[in-house]
Amino acid sequence: MSELTLTVMRLGFLAVLWLFVIVAVQVIRSDLFGTRVTQRGSRREAGRAQQQGRQQAARQQAAPPQQRGQQGGGRRGRNAPAKLVVTEGTLTGTTVALQGQTITLGRAHDSTIVLDDDYASSRHARIYPDRDGQWIVEDLGSTNGTYLDRSRLTTPTPIPLGAPIRIGKTVIELRK
Amino acid sequence: MSSTTNSPTHHTSTIGAIGAPSRRNTELALLVFAVAIPVFAYANVGLAINNSVPAGLLSYGLGLGLLAGVAHLAVRKFAPYADPLLLPLATLLNGLGLVVIWRLDQSKLLQSLPHFAAAAPRQLLYSALGIGMFAAVLIFLKDHRVLQRYTYISMFSALVLLILPLVPGLGANIYGAKIWINIPGLGSLQPGEFAKIVLAIFFAGYLMVKRDALALASRRFMGLYLPRGRDLGPILVVWAISILILVFETDLGTSLLFFGMFVIMLYVATERTSWIVFGLLMSAVGAVGVASFEPHVKSRVASWLDPMKEFTLSRQGVAGHSEQLQQALWAFGSGGTLGTGLGQGHSDLIRFAANSDFILATFGEELGLAGIMAILLIYGLIVERGVRTALAARDPFGKLLAVGLSGAFALQVFVVAGGVMGLIPLTGMTMPFVAYGGSSVLANWALIGILIRISDTARRPAPAPATNPDAEMTQVVRPS
Repeated sequence: MSELTLTVMRLGFLAVLWLFVIVAVQVIRSDLFGTRVTQRGSRREAGRAQQQGRQQAARQQAAPPQQRGQQGGGRRGRNAPAKLVVTEGTLTGTTVALQGQTITLGRAHDSTIVLDDDYASSRHARIYPDRDGQWIVEDLGSTNGTYLDRSRLTTPTPIPLGAPIRIGKTVIELRK
Repeated sequence: MSSTTNSPTHHTSTIGAIGAPSRRNTELALLVFAVAIPVFAYANVGLAINNSVPAGLLSYGLGLGLLAGVAHLAVRKFAPYADPLLLPLATLLNGLGLVVIWRLDQSKLLQSLPHFAAAAPRQLLYSALGIGMFAAVLIFLKDHRVLQRYTYISMFSALVLLILPLVPGLGANIYGAKIWINIPGLGSLQPGEFAKIVLAIFFAGYLMVKRDALALASRRFMGLYLPRGRDLGPILVVWAISILILVFETDLGTSLLFFGMFVIMLYVATERTSWIVFGLLMSAVGAVGVASFEPHVKSRVASWLDPMKEFTLSRQGVAGHSEQLQQALWAFGSGGTLGTGLGQGHSDLIRFAANSDFILATFGEELGLAGIMAILLIYGLIVERGVRTALAARDPFGKLLAVGLSGAFALQVFVVAGGVMGLIPLTGMTMPFVAYGGSSVLANWALIGILIRISDTARRPAPAPATNPDAEMTQVVRPS
């Protein structure tokens, strides 16, 4: 085998090996910044995403899809909340898109939002839409209670947009 | 929530890895890549040594591909949300190891040694068994938390595994270390490799229960927190016993590995920095103590401090000296930055154990610094994924187990690589996945299997909470 071929193969092999490492690191990166990568993806496919969004908004009026946060909400021009945002506590910044599913809050591992909070019960509260699409918060018999604005909840209560729901040190809000 | 995450437009961004997609296709793509690289290496070795593409290229490629495919299907079926990187990384290392072992089989020098036997076909068999082990872990271990029930059984079996090589008639003293047991008709087995996993299960189960007591109920002494004896006693006793056994078996690499794993897990469980201080002090005292009394270790230290003298003595024919370390260092040196190219180095001059303990020297010579860095990075990535799994895991037992297993893996790589490169005294251990040895390959595939199982549980999206019809009814009934 000629010297040249072997040299090319030697360097080529090193290049391929490093390419594998780089690809693996890229996979880790997409894993770490899962949220951000998705947003970039939707920006790239902005046209398609908008179309999809419109179609879906037309199809299911009750549960509008979250569409790139505030922009999407503004474009729809509807008053229904599109996401749930944690504004205080250890999970600050966490958002959950509201799509007609029940959201459970508590320290239990299978909760939608797992609260790492000494004042929270394991199954503390849940937030769900009623038949008209109005979002309701219900305390699930927690020890320290769930507060909407200043008042402690005793019954399932409709949530106004932007009203703070307080569970221990965590505060969440519904936003457009 | 899994249905919503498929489309990029309505992504649910929750905490950590919850709601992450399964990424099985990413794994498959990486796996194809990870099989292609060793096939390329195999062709390269054949061209360099025999001037022709090796005859077994197709069957080797198909064989490795088949093994990887089986492992991938097992993951797809039994752990669909597992980490996408662990399997391809391990497959790549295993494949490269096979190629380099085959390359050393071709060496005329090694073929002329008295006990030569082609190692590559056997290593391929071990790899197949390893993949089988991996699949078996995924199939039979449905939930890693089951292992928690066997905390004390694990302790007992770890001790039994460690004592086995000392049992007369069963143990075999091979090259100065009594770490093998003979299984008639099957060959020899290194129980220490498996004890690594079993001991991690014990430490995880025990520390999970006792960690609050260990971290909080402690006395302050000279700025360090000392836990109560009754909390710490049992685990110290187990540690001391395992260390003693290892000193008697003169297998110091494994003893270092166990102690390091113990300290890492204790630190992770209690968040007390004083454990790191303790650990370093105790290992320093232990190392100095053992090195001054144990002749086997004494010679290893001497050889580490002055490999050239060792080389000269060996060349003069003085018994009990070995030129391996110096030859390995020369191999690394002659590799330079870009290496000599696969199949074109002279790492076979290491002679004995060139394809097991010293296999890294062949990588260093033929792939150079650039190649060895890539290999070490791949090990680093496996450890990173393990620790990442621990972070994402929601149950404390899973967290501790993942940290313990990846810590043990990292320490093993450090101890072997450091030994071969002359950073620390050489201890007879095998580089995970690349080195020749059935026990090592089997145990490490099982280790990866457990990590994949934990990561599957950790990354599995929470099931969409179904609206409870009873709750809808109670909504109507209001006290006011």
